[in-house]
Amino acid sequence: MKLIFEKGAAGRGCSILPECDVPAVDAGSFARKTPARLPQVSETEISRHYTALAKQTHGVNDGFYPLGSCTMKYNPKINEAMAALPGFTGVHPLQEPETVQGSMEVLGKAEQYLCEITGMDRMTFQPAAGAHGEFTGLLLIKGYHTARGDQARTKILVPDSAHGTNPASAAMAGFEVVNIPSGADGCVDLDALRAAAGPDTAGLMLTNPNTVGLFDKNILEITRIVHEAGGLCYYDGANLNAVMGVVRPGDMGFDVVHLNLHKTFSTPHGGGGPGSGPVGCKSLLAPFLPGKMPVQGPDGWQWETPAQSVGDVKAFYGNFLVVVKAFTYILSLGRMGIPAAAKNAVLNANYLMYRLKDHYTMAYNHRCMHEFVMSLEDVKHETGVSALDVAKALLDHGIHPPTMYFPLIVHEALMVEPTETETKETLDEAADVLIEILEEARRAPQSMHQLPLTTPVGRLDEVTAARKPVVRYDFSAGQAG
Amino acid sequence: MKIDAQLKYSKSHEWVRLEGDTATIGLTDFAQNSLGDLVFVNLPDIGTEVTEKEPFTDIESVKAVSDVYAPVNGTVCAVNDALLDAPETINSDPYGAWLIKVEGVSGGEDLMDAAAYEAFCESEAE
Amino acid sequence: MGSYISNSPDEQQQMLSAVGATDFESLYADVPASMLLEEGALHLPDGLSEMEVSEAVKALSAKNRVFPHIFRGAGAYQHYIPAIVTNVVSKEEFVTAYTPYQAEISQGVLQSIFEYQTMICELTGMEVSNASVYDGATAAAEAVAMCREKKRNVALVSAAAQPQVISVIRTYCFGNGMEVRLIPEKDGRTDLEALAGMLGDDVACVYLQQPNFYGCLEDGQKAADLTHGGKAKLIVGCNPISLGALEPPAAYGADIAVGEGQPLGMPLSFGGPYLGFMATGKALMRKLPGRIVGQTTDTNGKVGYVLTLQAREQHIRREKAGSNICSNQALCAMTASVYLAAMGWNGLSQAAKSCMANAHYLADQLSGIGYPRKHTGPYFHEFVTICPVPASKALAALAQHGYLGGLALNDREILWCATEKNRKAEMDELVSILKEVRGE
Repeated sequence: MKLIFEKGAAGRGCSILPECDVPAVDAGSFARKTPARLPQVSETEISRHYTALAKQTHGVNDGFYPLGSCTMKYNPKINEAMAALPGFTGVHPLQEPETVQGSMEVLGKAEQYLCEITGMDRMTFQPAAGAHGEFTGLLLIKGYHTARGDQARTKILVPDSAHGTNPASAAMAGFEVVNIPSGADGCVDLDALRAAAGPDTAGLMLTNPNTVGLFDKNILEITRIVHEAGGLCYYDGANLNAVMGVVRPGDMGFDVVHLNLHKTFSTPHGGGGPGSGPVGCKSLLAPFLPGKMPVQGPDGWQWETPAQSVGDVKAFYGNFLVVVKAFTYILSLGRMGIPAAAKNAVLNANYLMYRLKDHYTMAYNHRCMHEFVMSLEDVKHETGVSALDVAKALLDHGIHPPTMYFPLIVHEALMVEPTETETKETLDEAADVLIEILEEARRAPQSMHQLPLTTPVGRLDEVTAARKPVVRYDFSAGQAG
Repeated sequence: MKIDAQLKYSKSHEWVRLEGDTATIGLTDFAQNSLGDLVFVNLPDIGTEVTEKEPFTDIESVKAVSDVYAPVNGTVCAVNDALLDAPETINSDPYGAWLIKVEGVSGGEDLMDAAAYEAFCESEAE
Repeated sequence: MGSYISNSPDEQQQMLSAVGATDFESLYADVPASMLLEEGALHLPDGLSEMEVSEAVKALSAKNRVFPHIFRGAGAYQHYIPAIVTNVVSKEEFVTAYTPYQAEISQGVLQSIFEYQTMICELTGMEVSNASVYDGATAAAEAVAMCREKKRNVALVSAAAQPQVISVIRTYCFGNGMEVRLIPEKDGRTDLEALAGMLGDDVACVYLQQPNFYGCLEDGQKAADLTHGGKAKLIVGCNPISLGALEPPAAYGADIAVGEGQPLGMPLSFGGPYLGFMATGKALMRKLPGRIVGQTTDTNGKVGYVLTLQAREQHIRREKAGSNICSNQALCAMTASVYLAAMGWNGLSQAAKSCMANAHYLADQLSGIGYPRKHTGPYFHEFVTICPVPASKALAALAQHGYLGGLALNDREILWCATEKNRKAEMDELVSILKEVRGE
């Protein structure tokens, strides 16, 4: 499809602004000498261009999206409507508090509700995404140890099954990463943890349920080991959808958590963002929280800067409109709806696993939480068909593939997370398709490497893309590629 | 799998050509084959000290990054800049596509000769 | 109670039976019983119907005051947003898609990011742009981290930059161990003579904002020459609308251009979601954090787009990655693209020139009633005035008339902003309101 730069013509454009009605000012030596080559297109062309691009984009409403670890649940329309209210979109972040009481109350109440769900005492909405939340949470841990004058705690323990963001966040926060191996059951190896925890341990980062979709039943022992060594426990909330309202990270022994509002709390992902990664903590870490916190007093909501704040991790108060959407979702579901969503997420995952377990090899033959991991290693060995081939085959059936090749501890992994918003028929159809693909892999393995066939483009040459990067349109060449 | 009989080899699959007190270092055919299509090579600055059995740079394939370990001690005196634009030559000509040359070489006592390395690769492949 | 669970209670029972579970509780057999919450134990309100939710949230939004007349900037700017922008970025496919991991069914998002990268390169004059970061402040902090070298661990940051940006740079450096030193401000601009004395073997980079927090224009060329003389890198945080009228960072030699993209079609929204943009030259391309989309071909030779240079990123490089960023602000980047397509160069430069003209008109009028400008140098669409009455009093009077005045920097100084939205009649009224305050 043509790029927008290849459309239009000189002299075309949209009429957006009126003439300025005050005298012009000459920017003198600061004036730009060469115009930016922006598109010269009519509104008709823009509108059609993006409609065509939309048709080449698979969203949650285009079909089943069981992308493991990403919790691609339905994004309720009321959330969008509420976030679009002019009362929220039209206020400046630096307005006087008395003129933004509604926004501050949204932040204050969302904090209260999410603290209740996670078992934490305070929460900041400044982090814009999950990884940003991890970084923030680790800075709280760093701030805490620094304030105690304990400079020896330089290491963060991270299981080898963790999301790549965990070790990367730890490094950004200036910690050394110690990888903790997983046991044969996919859970934390307690002996390895005991051996690693010590006076240099700043903390542990963990998801529970973990990235293989299992609830680590030793969780109390794990957090106890870390606490006894003087470290703190960080909960990566990527998988909270399995347990929200059922069991709380705070009760598992965690001191600090981040949530992904764009996963668990139904806000859309926008093709890669904006998300929201609020960080909650127990009161011992609250003095270190970043930014400003809304506090309700006799004269309404006021801002308060935590006493030993680590500073701002983002300008202003985070991706506020995303918080409005998640807040709307919590109001909708309420006390009973939150755990019901988690339980149905777990049920849907177990049901799909049950439909597939006689056909695909499950990495862990155990009741799963909200997601499960299959290994195509045996299939690949037998037929040459890989997890990638199976994923690409799904594209021709209108199904977004599961997460591929993650977690790293499972070979040829496909990680499946159906979420609670899918119907039984959708799960049955997906199971039928996956079983059919497996039969095809055994019958005609060679043809599997050519898939997909029905998508706007076929498999793309990623090697050339990385070796000879073309990352912007070349106007001098006149046309793309 | 190709193995050049003239070279010395490390267990981390680097090859070394020793000439006087300088050494030329590259990746073996076994290494490039298991890494797949290479897309980028980071090269150290000239003057960087490298230490035996410690990583001195890394190389990238589309979905992986791998450390490259120094088989000997020494100081980088030349880097193969041509690889920056053509990392694929490591795939096509592993023993021609050297990465760095180091001078003031020491260490490397337990490097393998071609025969020992061939046996080592066979044991690794199992 | 609202619910988005699709299966009926009967179906849920069938599925439980199928998986061999007696009830939902048995699905949680691995959770230690002591930890499980009792049914209904959460201290949350009861769920609400959609109509009730709508009423409740609307009531909250009504507790905010939306000013019809806005003269406040300081890092968040009110501009006209073309209708096509809001329409395009509301398309469900774009709103609900995840990161484009499966390129074959994500060409729409990927191509739009490629187009966005091109537009950011064109605006800034740079060669490479990433797919976005969280906001302008985190873009600045990520850029500082990009410049770090083994023996260069100090970032020099202009005191005339937006305070939140300085704060975020400091926080990121608290994490990674870099040292931040502030370059003092003199008459509203970065003191370049002081900068000359601060450069040294340990300095990795210099961060400058253009136009700066006080609206003043910095001497970018001189800053670049000094910085490069000290073998450090120059990072310029720029306002993207200003690039419709002012020289882009690449023109005066900046190594990295970053900025807050909110002015490109995003509403004020109480501070977010906004858009951090980052662009640089080929030399630093592989140090750029975040997603980058590249053009390539498929097995039939057809042009397509993929996430590329991924070996830089956290999911591959893990603790050795330069940044942990994963989710970014993709939909905001698309917003900026549609905005720039709708405005075109002519529209963007018209917006920029109107901002500048309006701000200068306002400054002149304010000066005429006893609110003189504090600084002397050239400025874009923001400026600081001395206030003859307490700033809080002036701002309160304006608020009474529906005007959000400038930001009080202290009780005698106000930072004003005018954009293309503020027309002559509105500015004249603002001035006449302030005139009254003075007359009391």
